[in-house]
Amino acid sequence: MEPILQCSSLCKNYSGKEALKGIDLEIERGRIVGLLGPNGSGKSTLMKLCNGLLTPTAGSILISGMQPGVETKKIVSYLPERTYLNDWMCVNDLLTTFEDFYEDFDKARALDMMQRLNINTSARLRTMSKGTKEKVQLILVMSRRAELYLLDEPIGGVDPAARDYILNTIISNYDENATVILSTHLIADVEQILDEVVFISNGSLVLHTTVDEIREHEGASVDSYFREVFKC
Amino acid sequence: MAWDFSSDRPIYAQLVEQVQLRIVSGIYPAGNKLPSVRDLAAEASVNPNTMQRALAQLETDGLIFSQRTSGRFVTDKEETIMELKTSLAHSVICEFLTKMERLGFSREEAAELVRQADTKEKGEIA
Repeated sequence: MEPILQCSSLCKNYSGKEALKGIDLEIERGRIVGLLGPNGSGKSTLMKLCNGLLTPTAGSILISGMQPGVETKKIVSYLPERTYLNDWMCVNDLLTTFEDFYEDFDKARALDMMQRLNINTSARLRTMSKGTKEKVQLILVMSRRAELYLLDEPIGGVDPAARDYILNTIISNYDENATVILSTHLIADVEQILDEVVFISNGSLVLHTTVDEIREHEGASVDSYFREVFKC
Repeated sequence: MAWDFSSDRPIYAQLVEQVQLRIVSGIYPAGNKLPSVRDLAAEASVNPNTMQRALAQLETDGLIFSQRTSGRFVTDKEETIMELKTSLAHSVICEFLTKMERLGFSREEAAELVRQADTKEKGEIA
């Protein structure tokens, strides 16, 4: 099978500013990957390129061998950094929307997770706290049977207990052939569940390795290694 | 028994040790079936591929074996488990002696303290 994500010499400029400067990256299937880097390093840009929300300035990006488009959207489940959901909708409306929109959406699974996290499904999004909104969105995204999950800062606003539940959901529910790429600053919380980490800085790839590789060779957790590499 | 990890060593190596401990202490008894990789990974909150790697290592070491269709089992060779138990005990003792040495006790003094502590503990229980 082809790698789920292939980037070669991928560049993206925003009116003169280089957000990505020639990224070469290949991610296999069945992996949980942490996309890590300081603020403004290009993490969200890379995720948007994967979703066809942006087009590359140069170089190429392939999802399962295809250029981002209608076909790749069927197999990619994306949690953007900002919400795009209508805040007048209640959870039940959102479930129906997702069911209509995505063939691979598993409504029963979503309902089950909502219950586990005590989310009232008849409440409107607008009335929810920041953390609850984040949980709802993440549940919707994780309830698709996708091949690639792209999660942009998925656990930033949720409390530690819910964070544990969500991380456990990620490891116990994802398909063996599916890949999860998540960007986060909460490295210590996620590093146990990661296979690989990708460090990017200033639009360039700094490091692509496994968590245990870092621990073995640096004798430090990914979290402390990150602090060392990106020390201000 | 909770799964605990220190942050400066490979997770897979720590998983190997913790599964060993569970086998030695009889949480996973000799000859019994182990939970699936996925269940173990969820229980320990680690990546399933890392758990897989740890189990593969234990398999190479002969502590567990897999049966093609029915999963993984703890070895039924009691002597293998006993060997591991002894070697784990040795590392605990070495560590203890090193710490006692740092406190300024010789091996004999350390051994004497252990005997005293043991009598005292028994007295407290009685």
